[in-house]
Amino acid sequence: MNYNWNWRIFWEPSPDAVGTYMDTLLSGLYWTLATALLAWIMALVLGAVIGTLRTLPNRLVVRLANAYVELFRNIPLLVQMFLWFFVMPELVPASLGNWLKQLPNAPFVTAVLSLGFFTSARVAVQVSAGIGSLPRGQKMAGTALGLTLFQTYRYVLLPMAFRIIIPPLTSEFLNVIKNSAVALTIGLMELTARARSMQEFSFQVFEAFTAATIIYVLVNVVVVNLMRFIERKVAVPGFISGGGK
Amino acid sequence: MNNFDFDVIERSWVYLFQTGMAFTLELTGLAMVGGIILGTLLAMMRLSSNKIISTVATTYVNLIRSIPLVLVIFWFYFLVPYIGAWVIGSNQPVQVGAFTSSLITFILFEAAYYCEIMRAGIQSIPRGQVWAGYALGMNYWQTMGNIVLPQAFRNMIPVLLTQTIVLFQDVSLVYVLSITDFVGAASKVAQRDGRLVEMYLFVAVVYFIICFGLSLLVKQLQKKVAIIR
Repeated sequence: MNYNWNWRIFWEPSPDAVGTYMDTLLSGLYWTLATALLAWIMALVLGAVIGTLRTLPNRLVVRLANAYVELFRNIPLLVQMFLWFFVMPELVPASLGNWLKQLPNAPFVTAVLSLGFFTSARVAVQVSAGIGSLPRGQKMAGTALGLTLFQTYRYVLLPMAFRIIIPPLTSEFLNVIKNSAVALTIGLMELTARARSMQEFSFQVFEAFTAATIIYVLVNVVVVNLMRFIERKVAVPGFISGGGK
Repeated sequence: MNNFDFDVIERSWVYLFQTGMAFTLELTGLAMVGGIILGTLLAMMRLSSNKIISTVATTYVNLIRSIPLVLVIFWFYFLVPYIGAWVIGSNQPVQVGAFTSSLITFILFEAAYYCEIMRAGIQSIPRGQVWAGYALGMNYWQTMGNIVLPQAFRNMIPVLLTQTIVLFQDVSLVYVLSITDFVGAASKVAQRDGRLVEMYLFVAVVYFIICFGLSLLVKQLQKKVAIIR
């Protein structure tokens, strides 16, 4: 294999005037994390609401919530990003559309929105699965105690359901971070895009991609441990599902 | 909204489906077959009692599962020519076509996900069946091939197919290599004719219909293959 390895490339200045190639990659990491975290918060909030709606005793509400989930689950993320980025500004009134197109961080805003909606559908499925896995008696007991439906969800069902679904939520969190790489197609300079541009400027393909891979793996390890920590912190004693002992 | 031009879809849908969708479907089909075969092997390796074999498989699966598909696509796009050169002993990177390169990428990537599904499937088979196989004088491959894997596949068919729907959506990401898959073909037409809105909406509708239809079929199938215990 005649490939010229040059691991010192990371400390050489990069042409994009950020500093060294290392700084280029780290600024990519910053955008990856910013996008993923904001999208994750959005997905958790929306997902919790939609997931709860899917379990309510109202046919119409359940139908609508299911439609929401199916809509965002059955279109590839790439296409969803294109829809938000290229199509949405054309379909809204012209003044709003122009304002959207001229946003200084349009790719970032679009990436957060599309990732947030995309992931919220997945979170919603997990939330309703978590609620569904609780014994039916809990809901009945809540109502028997005189709690309203809202109170039953707020004080009885949701606190347990969220603890149960921490493991699947962890992998959804990891997915958000990974999926944020798709945003390079709409011009967001996140980690993968930075590695790609480093490859284009320096021709050190494998060093650039190795560095990006290692950074992604490290982020993964941090997230997994963080979620385990949270799982242990919030565990309800006596319940295996909460992660307690 | 008023100057919607449906004509552009009418003009280009033959191209979109004949070139784009054909590529997407072919890649999905082949990557599914290759991914399930490799994934099953990986799952057997992960469950192996040999520490080295199981560590290798576990490391591979965890590594692939922790990096974005887009990065994997780039990795293999640049790596495959070098691997090819190494395999045939040439000292020049080999020219590999876009299709072959993305097929290898998707097989290797999806294998990590199919592996986890098959591992769950294999582990769902009671241990006693393996011992019974050995007691009857079968060796490892006979036990796996005749007893464990057929049941594991049957149990996991719905999950495997759901993963295939995900794969079908993931194939759209070859767009980053400017390959003419369904999305790539649509975006070429969109940019040529300046009709982004119509084309991308059309693409979304087509994907939605196919994926939603398939997921309904999987649900039907799930009821059918479920073993009543």
